[in-house]
Amino acid sequence: MPLLEVEEVSKAFRGLRAVAGASFSVEGQSITALIGPNGAGKTTLFNLVAGVYRPDRGDIRLRGRSIAGLPAHRVCAAGVGRTFQLVKPFAGLSVLDNAIVGALNGERTVSGARARAVAVLERLGLSGKAEVAASHLTLADRRRLEVARALATRPSLLLLDEMMAGLRPTEIDELVGVLRNVQREEGVTILLTEHVMRAVMALADQIVVLHHGEVIARGEPAAIVRNPAVLDCYLGEDATAGEPGA
Amino acid sequence: MTSDRPAGAGDRRRLALITVVTVALVTLPLVGSSYLVSVATLALYLAYVGQAWNVMMGFAGQLSLGHSLYVGLGAYVAAGIFVHFGVGPWAGLWLAVAICSAVGAFIGLLAFRLRISGVQLSLLTVAFAELARIGFDHLDWFGGPGGLFLRVGDRNHIDLLGFRGPPAMYYYAMLALAAGALGVCALLLRRRPGYYWRAIREDEVAAQALGIDTFRWKMLAVVLSSAMTAIAGVFFAFYNNSLFPEQIFGFGRSIEIILGPVIGGLGTLFGPIVGAVALVLLGDGTTEILAKAGVDLPGARQVVHGLVLLLVTIYLPNGLWPPLARALGFQPRRL
Amino acid sequence: MPALPYVANAVISGTLTGIVYGLMALGLSAIFGVVRQVNFAHGELMTLAMYGAVGAFQGLALDPFLTMIAAAMVFGVFGYVLQRGFLNRFIHRPEHLRMLLMIALAIIIGNGLLLAFGPDARSVQTSYQLDSFELGPLLVDKVRVYAAIAAVVATALLAAFFRLTLTGKAIRACADNPIGARVAGLPVAHLYAVTFGLGAASVAVAGCAMVQLIDVTPGLGPGYTLLAFVIVIVGGLGSMVGALLGGLAIGVSEALAGLLITPSAKSMVSFGLLVVLLLVRPQGLMGPGRR
Repeated sequence: MPLLEVEEVSKAFRGLRAVAGASFSVEGQSITALIGPNGAGKTTLFNLVAGVYRPDRGDIRLRGRSIAGLPAHRVCAAGVGRTFQLVKPFAGLSVLDNAIVGALNGERTVSGARARAVAVLERLGLSGKAEVAASHLTLADRRRLEVARALATRPSLLLLDEMMAGLRPTEIDELVGVLRNVQREEGVTILLTEHVMRAVMALADQIVVLHHGEVIARGEPAAIVRNPAVLDCYLGEDATAGEPGA
Repeated sequence: MTSDRPAGAGDRRRLALITVVTVALVTLPLVGSSYLVSVATLALYLAYVGQAWNVMMGFAGQLSLGHSLYVGLGAYVAAGIFVHFGVGPWAGLWLAVAICSAVGAFIGLLAFRLRISGVQLSLLTVAFAELARIGFDHLDWFGGPGGLFLRVGDRNHIDLLGFRGPPAMYYYAMLALAAGALGVCALLLRRRPGYYWRAIREDEVAAQALGIDTFRWKMLAVVLSSAMTAIAGVFFAFYNNSLFPEQIFGFGRSIEIILGPVIGGLGTLFGPIVGAVALVLLGDGTTEILAKAGVDLPGARQVVHGLVLLLVTIYLPNGLWPPLARALGFQPRRL
Repeated sequence: MPALPYVANAVISGTLTGIVYGLMALGLSAIFGVVRQVNFAHGELMTLAMYGAVGAFQGLALDPFLTMIAAAMVFGVFGYVLQRGFLNRFIHRPEHLRMLLMIALAIIIGNGLLLAFGPDARSVQTSYQLDSFELGPLLVDKVRVYAAIAAVVATALLAAFFRLTLTGKAIRACADNPIGARVAGLPVAHLYAVTFGLGAASVAVAGCAMVQLIDVTPGLGPGYTLLAFVIVIVGGLGSMVGALLGGLAIGVSEALAGLLITPSAKSMVSFGLLVVLLLVRPQGLMGPGRR
């Protein structure tokens, strides 16, 4: 059974169809990238999985159990951790305390959560900054903190929202390395939306292409970049697509 | 912030300071004048209600500008059943805490279910306090606008059950309350509630994404805060012996509650205490100096409070405590 | 149930007072809508203007309706300077800190008045104060009519300013999209200051209009600040039309509550209305975005 199943999911806003009957699944222990041109419905689909919106139709299942329409905190409890493209660190708290808040999701005691948080920060390369206030971090480090906090909740599925947006090429390469490492060492499954194709190609085992709210292609990266429909709708535009998508 | 002082020296210094402060607080009624005792009682009272308010705003980030509601309700409930039925303050305390918790839970339920926060939440809390003020003006059972008066007991005889006795007894009661509130808050901050409240304060959406049922934890903050404030109300009733709706539910009383923690440092453990002491020292200091000069100027004390608030908000938005703590060699925990 | 003429009288006097309330709330609404500043010193500013009117009457024998014009100018300048020289520096501070700043100002102004003038109530006794217009069975206080007329004129001037002048249009643009306004090169600091000046001028005019309707005490401030908030919330935060309608609604309901229940319960109605509206329709009667 796949870890995540998205089945015929639709969502409209005031009559405007953002996602229309999208279906795909994510196998455990893999990295799946959700891509598509601006306005393709990536963010909406992402937020449907994360519990921000309730789908109009269709179902979303994690390990066979429906999580569609659950409030965000229960989606997290079910085993989904997420990051935000517009990072939302707890600015006044230290990096360590940020991670502890996440770790408390799966730990009964604060000392247990602290141990988990320390380990996660180590994994993300933030150990040296544990006592720094989150508001003092660079954007690249804030992105890492987002991952650390989400990972600390012990998710089976980690949702990463446009992690690379606004980062410098060297920062992107570093973060790609860190994420690969995280996936392998923590045994977590990752679903990400991403504009930076270099990162997608380096990370993804599977790519799902959205266009006008519909899944038009899915498969291995090598196959996707040869897919004429994808080339037609997406990669042709990608040369100009640098800004965050809808 | 890590201190560059060796840990041993810092610990000794901290221990010495704590010892001195504790000894001074415990022996104050034995050596101080009755005026000093009454001023110190006021400072402790403000530190206590400030601590209670801080739970809601400082820790969980939910702004209440109507906390006089819980002081007033707590005071009136305990005083009402004492005056009419002769029920003592200890039983009244439970009833006051129960009623204030219920009212706090009701307001929290309305506000948080309907996702009211920020300015709107603060106005909602003011509105409830004002409704209580006007309402109690029309409740004859509680004396209406003419006030509710408690029989004053024998001031030289300590009656713990009836909570009647000399000023020193009230001082020690308030000291115990303030110390207890400090202990409870210190404990909570280190546990799950402290982490969750501060997460909600900083970013509620991110907190939800980390598995925090923010509604539940905000409710806990409101209920705990209102229950703690209710105890201050019961104390107020038996210390003051007279209650007027205008005075106890007034907007000024709510502001008085928030001044201490804001001036001392929002969301810090010692902020409410430092702020209360600063307020009382400056406010009563001014009144005292003016009295020595033979003038009685109503409002002078509040103007000083306003100026302190203004200066602190401008120059020390994190309050007096963080810089003071560093000066004393403490490491202010980032809260 | 009181006889119909009493009810009609209450409605009329409530409407007239409500117009003045509306002007007062308009100032608060403009400051909130444009500067995003929660002016907790609004009632205190009004009280300050009322003491100005009392002083001008007692010292210079100036009629409050004449003082009004001078007060509008003085408060306009004062508001401009306060925003430009002081409050603008705190625009990017967290909301609660900016609220606390205004609360500090409110405490200082309110208790400063107590220091300067003592706790006793002051009032202005003009020759026409007790006169009234007779309309059949109805008696309408002259001062209330004049106050309403003054408030209508001030409101019309404000509306004309916001609709017709370049600065007014720029301010509205600024309220809709502050970042866009900044990018477009609008002098945002200046526009904020003009808005606060206008807000202060409105509340000064309202104060001078009110001075013959109520006794002036230093402690009036918080009550009127809260009343202005009630009106603005009822009408919708940031909506200027809403502020006027809210003023009327509160003025009439207070007058009716005073007549039908008991005078001391009249503000209970406004706060009750506030609670209900916050819960049922937190964006207010007129909703956000309209002004």
